[in-house]
Amino acid sequence: MAKLPANEVLKECVDGEMAMSAADIQLDDQGRLRHFIAIEGLPRALLTQILDNAERFAPVGDRTVKKVPLLRGRTVANLFFEPSTRTRTTFDLAAKRLSADVLNLNIEASSTKKGESLADTLRNLEAMQCDMFVVRHQVSGAAHFIAQQVAPYISVINGGDGRHEHPTQGMLDAFTIRRHKQDFTRLKIAIVGDVAHSRVARSNIQALKILGVPDLRVVGPKTLIPPAIDAMGVTVYDDLDEGIRDCDVVITLRLQQERMQSALLPSAHEYFREYGLTADRMRLAAPDAIVMHPGPINRGVEIDSAVADGAQSVILQQVTYGIAVRMAVMAMILGSQAQAGAA
Amino acid sequence: MQYDIEALIHTMAEQLQTRLGAAGIGSPALVGIRTGGVWVAERLRAHLGLAEPLGELNIAFYRDDFSRIGIHPTVEPSVLPFDVDGRDLILVDDILYTGRTVRAAMNEIFDYGRPRSIQLVVLFDRSGRELPIEAQVVGAHLSLQPGEHAKLTGPSSLSLEIHRTRA
Amino acid sequence: MRIRIHGGRVIDPASGHDAVAEVWVEDGQILSLGRAPRGLKADDTFDASGLVVAPGFVDLGSHLREPGFEHKATIEREARAAAAGGFTSICATPDTQPVVDNAAVVEHIVKRAKAARGARVLVLGALTVGLDGQLLSEMHALNAAGVVGLTNLDRAIKDTVVLKHALAYAASAELTVFLQPEDYWLGRQGQIHEGAVSTRLGIPGIPSAAEVIAVQRDLTLAAAVQARVHFSRISAAESVKPIADARRRGQAVSADVSLAHLSFTVDDIGHYDPNFHVRPPLRAASDRSALRKAVKAGAIDAISAGHEPHDGDAKAAPFGVTEPGMSTLDTFLPALLAQVAAGAFDLPTALAAASTRPHQILGRDGGRLTPGSVADLTLFDPACRWQANGETLHSSGLNTPYLNQTLTGRVVATLVGGQWAYRNFSPV
Repeated sequence: MAKLPANEVLKECVDGEMAMSAADIQLDDQGRLRHFIAIEGLPRALLTQILDNAERFAPVGDRTVKKVPLLRGRTVANLFFEPSTRTRTTFDLAAKRLSADVLNLNIEASSTKKGESLADTLRNLEAMQCDMFVVRHQVSGAAHFIAQQVAPYISVINGGDGRHEHPTQGMLDAFTIRRHKQDFTRLKIAIVGDVAHSRVARSNIQALKILGVPDLRVVGPKTLIPPAIDAMGVTVYDDLDEGIRDCDVVITLRLQQERMQSALLPSAHEYFREYGLTADRMRLAAPDAIVMHPGPINRGVEIDSAVADGAQSVILQQVTYGIAVRMAVMAMILGSQAQAGAA
Repeated sequence: MQYDIEALIHTMAEQLQTRLGAAGIGSPALVGIRTGGVWVAERLRAHLGLAEPLGELNIAFYRDDFSRIGIHPTVEPSVLPFDVDGRDLILVDDILYTGRTVRAAMNEIFDYGRPRSIQLVVLFDRSGRELPIEAQVVGAHLSLQPGEHAKLTGPSSLSLEIHRTRA
Repeated sequence: MRIRIHGGRVIDPASGHDAVAEVWVEDGQILSLGRAPRGLKADDTFDASGLVVAPGFVDLGSHLREPGFEHKATIEREARAAAAGGFTSICATPDTQPVVDNAAVVEHIVKRAKAARGARVLVLGALTVGLDGQLLSEMHALNAAGVVGLTNLDRAIKDTVVLKHALAYAASAELTVFLQPEDYWLGRQGQIHEGAVSTRLGIPGIPSAAEVIAVQRDLTLAAAVQARVHFSRISAAESVKPIADARRRGQAVSADVSLAHLSFTVDDIGHYDPNFHVRPPLRAASDRSALRKAVKAGAIDAISAGHEPHDGDAKAAPFGVTEPGMSTLDTFLPALLAQVAAGAFDLPTALAAASTRPHQILGRDGGRLTPGSVADLTLFDPACRWQANGETLHSSGLNTPYLNQTLTGRVVATLVGGQWAYRNFSPV
């Protein structure tokens, strides 16, 4: 009777090892940053390098001439398929402070209404010969897709893709925390709010775990905490008091009106009562705790004005740091791209 | 050849003092280019008896070879703790070679403000200029073979190292 | 026309035969298995040394895209690709344009299939008009036109009353209803299995519960109206027991799992690889494991290919915007053999699930090598290594994760109704 040979290649298929390799498209073969799509999978040393570089760029904003000539002659195109003023403005500023030229392309999500596929839109944009695309899109994985599609000389920065990640926000939050608390490995940090729908939360979790935060928590009602999130290395709390107890950093997320319409929450009022950050609640956190928010804030919903404007709040600093962090990421990417080109 | 660097800097300080006097500059501000230029500038400041803190430049963002070498965050950021406008600056570097570092330093200074004057003081002048830049005060002239590379080590005890780079 | 096939390892799951033997075919039927018929001469001889000879495979749900979506695939090409993949019958799904909810479209498909001379194309009719889940289709007319069953595919019927009536009416038309069980609301906004991967990637998830509650609902309704149902593409571990229990109680129910769900899990999506965007979604390793066990134990009757060929644009977009579906006819055999090699079940069980049982579910002759049965056979080389690429794949759909991989196991020849549809690696 003929015996079937052991089939090594298909055994791989069977065990699922045929999955697209985790080889990160973000790094070139020297481990330098080529695209900035997601914090997941990046080495700690690289994240630290981004933070260190951001320190170099931070003083530029304090000078009269808020510019350095690093990216003079380069063109950065902001492709925002999802509208956003604040994120686009900070990317715009960051590029201009590096002396790059900036193109702002507000592509309606339904330029696909005209029947043009995303792939075709990209091909047309490539004809404008930009060096970098900053992309924001409502579908998770869009930044990965775009990075895989574009010509090799174009780099992509993810300005937020669906619910997946908003990596520059994750890094500027890490930068803010480092400025105030220095050592990640000693911190208790809580992320409060609509984690399920938040790409900022996912990027925060990835960054803070990689940077070594030992006690990272997500706090929110069950309907707003995604399933199996503990697999990302966080502890889940549905009680705010327990969740922020003794925390050094409390990051609170924006609650969108839609959540009430989708039967996820009864009302903003009840949410504020159970999960709103008030001065009273903050007494449970560490006495020198800092309060963060990616903005824009909903006063009286996720956070009380007294806390948002209070001494512990570093919310406005986050905005300032965001420019330095984005300058650092852009400079690192275009620098390594040039190196690769020159090699 | 061995150099007595402290003695060189002492002489440079005297020459500089004379020049400042002749030009009528009473309140110069010293700006050192990191890292070697800062070490030299610190010693000059002591010799000249200046109270004001040094300015320290990290010219990384103004280099003209960013496209080739990318960004290297090994050096502290620039700090100019005084208002540049209208000041007489003394720009200090350890080794003047192609002139590109000084060009970058001057571009950076002008992004901070408009100085009244800039004088360039260097510990060593190595020929091989690629730009029309010269120092007003020079400690010593270096004569190197092609393929040789000079580097100042410090900070407490300054000495000059010559390396041969592989062709 | 008399054909003699000799030297091959003949596996007939129905009779338990598994040995090197001769098979004789005459006038479209199996003439004999094992013994050369006395005094007869063959018009055509095929040397099957080193090959396995088995009843031809059946796909219980192949999306042939014609009429309406010919840019993705055509009946002719896919029927021939099926034969090249070892299939002697494929069930064309009704999601064409126009939908197969009337006799005219059935006849069109049957006519086009005959001209193709590949695998038999059987037709599944739509359970509701336009597959919209609201009005009943003309099931008797569809039956008369020759459909082998009715389905609403993945267009979940929201209204339980409509579903109950549809099952009852189908029962009186004596047609089996093929159901892809998924609760409309829980499945509506999700794209992949709900769990750690959907959370990490930020893609909306479909919980296993969506399938399980639909299975239980559909079983209860089918029992109440005495409809015969077949569950297509079971994906969740918890779906197995209710189905097995119902069958034990004597209910007329069967089920299949797609080969993709035996091969892959949600983790294979990796960094948003759209090749793994399928419906129902690939689930966890524990689900895959339970499904393999269920096939081995017979709790799940059949393995389908669930063939869904797509054009390039359909998968060239961010994951959530891509069309779900995998092209599977070409790679079915090597993927099936991989399951056997991994120890999920043995080869006779695999062949029973791919051929014998589907024929029984359809109530059709075939799937067995008994003298007198229809001569639908496939001959394959289990050790042949080949690369899946644009040249070797026969379907229009290149949307397979096996693209450019080296696979082991290749169909050499396929006989449909005693005629060669594929021979020596070439369509006939």
